Amino acid sequence: MKTGLYPGCSLTGSARDYNESVSALAEAFGLELIQIPDWNCCGATAAHNLNKELSLALPARILALAEKNGLEEIVVPCAACYSRLVVTQHELKKNPELKNRISEVIEMDYRGTSRILNVIEWIDKYIIPLLPEKITKPFNYKVACYYGCLLVRPNKVLNYDRAEDPQTMDIVMTKIGAQPVDYPYKTECCGAGFSISRTDIVSKLSGKIIEDAEYRGADAIIVACPMCHSNLDMRRPDINKYWKTEFKIPVIFVTQAIGLAIGLSPEKVGLKRHFVDVKIS
Amino acid sequence: MSHSEHHIERNSLSYGIEKNVEVLAQKCYQCGKCSAGCPVADQMDFPPSMVMRLLQTEIPANDEKILRSNSIWLCVTCEMCLSRCPMEIDIPSMMDYLRQKSRSEKKVNKQAKNIIAFHKSFLNSIRWTGRLFELGLILDYKRQSLNLTQDVTLAPKMITRGKLHLFPNMVKDMGHLARIFRKTSNSSK
Amino acid sequence: MARIGVFVCHCGENISATVDCGKVAETIGKLKHVVLSTEYKYMCSDPGQTLIKEAIKEHNLTGVVVSACSPRMHEPTFRKACAEGGLNPYLCEMANLREHCSWVHEKNELTTEKAIDIVRTQVEKVKLNSALQPIKVPVTKTAMVIGGGIAGIQAALDIANTGHKVVMIERSPSIGGHMSQLSETFPTLDCSQCILTPRMVEVAQHPNITLYTYAEVESVEGFIGNFTVKVRKKAKSLDEKLCTGCGLCTTKCPQKKIPNEFEQGMGMRPAIYIPFPQAVPNRPVIDREHCTYYIKGKCKICEIVCPTKAIRFDQPDEIIELQIGAIVAATGFDIKHADFFPEYGYGRYKDIIDGLQFERLASASGPTSGVIKRPSDGQIPKNIVFIACAGSRDPAKGIAYCSKICCMYTAKHAMLYKHKVHEGKAHVFYMDIRSGGKNYDEFVRRAIEEDHVNYIRGRVSTIYERNGKLIVKGVDTLLSSMPVEIEADMVVLATAGVANSGAEELAQKLHISYDSHKFFAEAHPKLKPVETNTAGIFLAGACQNPKDIPDSVSQASGSAVKVAALFSQNELTREPLVAVVNRMGPPLHSTCVGCFLCQAVCPYQAIEREDIKTRDGKVLKSLAKINEGLCQGCGTCVALCRSKSIDLHGYSNNQVYAEVVALLNEY
Repeated sequence: MKTGLYPGCSLTGSARDYNESVSALAEAFGLELIQIPDWNCCGATAAHNLNKELSLALPARILALAEKNGLEEIVVPCAACYSRLVVTQHELKKNPELKNRISEVIEMDYRGTSRILNVIEWIDKYIIPLLPEKITKPFNYKVACYYGCLLVRPNKVLNYDRAEDPQTMDIVMTKIGAQPVDYPYKTECCGAGFSISRTDIVSKLSGKIIEDAEYRGADAIIVACPMCHSNLDMRRPDINKYWKTEFKIPVIFVTQAIGLAIGLSPEKVGLKRHFVDVKIS
Repeated sequence: MSHSEHHIERNSLSYGIEKNVEVLAQKCYQCGKCSAGCPVADQMDFPPSMVMRLLQTEIPANDEKILRSNSIWLCVTCEMCLSRCPMEIDIPSMMDYLRQKSRSEKKVNKQAKNIIAFHKSFLNSIRWTGRLFELGLILDYKRQSLNLTQDVTLAPKMITRGKLHLFPNMVKDMGHLARIFRKTSNSSK
Repeated sequence: MARIGVFVCHCGENISATVDCGKVAETIGKLKHVVLSTEYKYMCSDPGQTLIKEAIKEHNLTGVVVSACSPRMHEPTFRKACAEGGLNPYLCEMANLREHCSWVHEKNELTTEKAIDIVRTQVEKVKLNSALQPIKVPVTKTAMVIGGGIAGIQAALDIANTGHKVVMIERSPSIGGHMSQLSETFPTLDCSQCILTPRMVEVAQHPNITLYTYAEVESVEGFIGNFTVKVRKKAKSLDEKLCTGCGLCTTKCPQKKIPNEFEQGMGMRPAIYIPFPQAVPNRPVIDREHCTYYIKGKCKICEIVCPTKAIRFDQPDEIIELQIGAIVAATGFDIKHADFFPEYGYGRYKDIIDGLQFERLASASGPTSGVIKRPSDGQIPKNIVFIACAGSRDPAKGIAYCSKICCMYTAKHAMLYKHKVHEGKAHVFYMDIRSGGKNYDEFVRRAIEEDHVNYIRGRVSTIYERNGKLIVKGVDTLLSSMPVEIEADMVVLATAGVANSGAEELAQKLHISYDSHKFFAEAHPKLKPVETNTAGIFLAGACQNPKDIPDSVSQASGSAVKVAALFSQNELTREPLVAVVNRMGPPLHSTCVGCFLCQAVCPYQAIEREDIKTRDGKVLKSLAKINEGLCQGCGTCVALCRSKSIDLHGYSNNQVYAEVVALLNEY
């Protein structure tokens, strides 16, 4: 079966590293990922803050394009896009009238049948079964798995892992030889879309997440969301300034960690693009 | 028609919320668990549980306070409140509604200037290119917010890491996207 | 010729708010054979009943239909009124206009039309009613109390002191229940064990009480005054007559790592054990699930050391059958385990405990001898947080109802902590303080004013551990919902009170109702709070809903009076609404052909075989015969009988047909 890929805007820009590691894993494990043709932005926080209809129409176009191109299953590496797509599917399923209205807006048939996978689900389904014989350099580090908000909440809509103390990413990390630490900040918010408009809030919230990971003795924070990554990594100078300290812990995408464990080079999985040096590889 | 509709004040914000996002303000019993877990509660004029309390009064002056508050703009939609609410009150959806209402009634809090400028720049960016053009977004945001010096050192570092494109990556069928924006433009400005 | 009187009740506004009672009475008045149709605001009131009595005489009525509430509510009232008016009480029927019509519909013409239809069916039915006589049955004057907690103990002692026999069944090895685990009790702070243990001993020594511990109800058959109860006496694996309770076996048992139920898992016990030092009876049992001998087939150390040779490894469970006249269910409650609240970290962090665990820590007989030590490292906590409503009033993750006792025990816990750790700080996160009860609010105020317990109005969002401290993230809703963060050494969760394990199963055995939370249901929330829907079975204590000790004891005494009142009669009258097999003269005797299929389906074993014999003893025909004492009038045999030889008094086939035909016909 063909798996569709919805990269989302970040993965073509500020989260190129994430994109490179996803592609590298797909290549290494012989998995075919077909980009949804002519995909558009999901609308992100801005759309649902300012315009509800637009916030449903944009993801609906993406899902309709996937359906049109016969992609029954799509993987969405960005947790924020994943959340928007699943929430849209849920809202339109709940309300047939709204579904008709949105179909009219996007001028396309929309059935809402696509199976939407987040990156961990994709890894669980396609990579974990093939993983054991591929591991050449076990990722022997203590890690703090940071899930953020949108991978697990709203739990009743996403229906993925559990809202408190989720475990799926921790389990993936143990499979590549890492030791997850008990980490209470797993699902605390990093400040999300306030990166540019309220950098002060991001610095405060992300700083707590980083500080606690360092306190727990983690060698790295593992993430599965480009927004979390940019706040914890790209915003590190602002965070350090806000907290008047020098947090050094690197922030690594879960796909990058797997890539390193199967022997891919740091360049290949995009580690050289990080702001915070990743010295552990 | 739900039972509570017989009794609710029709002109109140609560009524609009019940109609549009199916949130019943009266369900809240003020335990404060939402405010306890909210990452930005300490910066809000009214933490989430107080927004709920103001709504419950169904007093126009209190509705006004909510629409003019910074709270509705500081909410980052992290969904923690809903996740832990014993009554499963969908505060995040309610906040979306309140933001849109606050804008359409021109009651936006001054502190929300940058936040809205960013959201507008973001939507502008995808309106013209279909996908987010991050450099364009930053420049448009600077124009809207007049924060000209912010992040001047960040962009060059992003460019050297290949994280910032100089040209947009565009959707081919831009006409399609333009029509989507046009058709949804009435639902909110 | 039938002369029917119809009385339409307004039930205040309960019926008249949606049903046009005047129109109902007027329309029904035009029906054939209805000689009187009238309305009144409260038919059940004294003037209302007088109206019926006088009408019976004045109009020479042959049947009465009271169109009011459910017969469950007032059928006895109106039947009695009819009897006093000179009419056989079973010639009175009720049309249920309240539960079946006015309460469930909006006010409009259709609602009134439905009301008219309901009354019409009963008018047609009552024309075919026959005058019946109540049935007399004997009473077995022995009560059974199920559950040996404080409620069961009180009920058993009160009944026994009226001179009647009581059998007490307790499923654990000792009576005492949750009260025996408590440290001190609110609002007086007297020692729980000190006031309870004398009562436990009294139960064991009372000449009228037979105590079966480690025993469970297997089945219940019969009816009020005449229950047959089978009880499973689980094998204790020892001869109780030989055992002296010396306890040597319990000290020598090599298996010592079993979490101690009495200590709420905060201590260990051996496989052969006495639950606690003051246990009644003070005899051990072998926990076969954990005993090395039963697992591996080897050990028997207890048998070797026992000075009286009392150990019996091959002892089987024993089923005993008891004749019982009345039953008191007093099976208590359980607490909802706090691990369903992952944000509070119970089970993940050792120093987050529940309320019952705190009771054991505070108890002089507990694992720390009453010193408040935290489980992780035995340190005395200097900063302690109590969280009320940790599961209660939480439809999303816990239970929707208020557990009632937690506000008080949390105040008590905070107070006990402050009395034991003077320099410590105690914080209570609460939503509301529900302290209704004699001297209850004063008790809470004392905790706040005298013991300086810091009450914070707000719920806790999350708790996590850092640097040996538990970080409690809450909020103060009285200070503009400001976030509050406390670095605690120990956290106590006031978990919800829930129905006891096995409650649903027992309710089904007893044929009593239970609610959606599996608490046993009372017959009426206000006027029959002690009775169940099954006559002869009563409730005491927290099996009905979470209750504190004073409430449990009061209700237990209430149920004891109910039992004593029942036992004050030598025989009971029963409703004659039972099945009957038709009889006629010879040669047919009955249309019953003696197939006895009815016997196979009767759930109450109420169908017997009757032989019709000639004078010289030759059997002419075998017929089914209903034992009126056992028949519950369920009608299963009527539906099954192929020769249509059985009918049900009060609900005959003809009566039901008449009701249906009335609905099909225009009027």
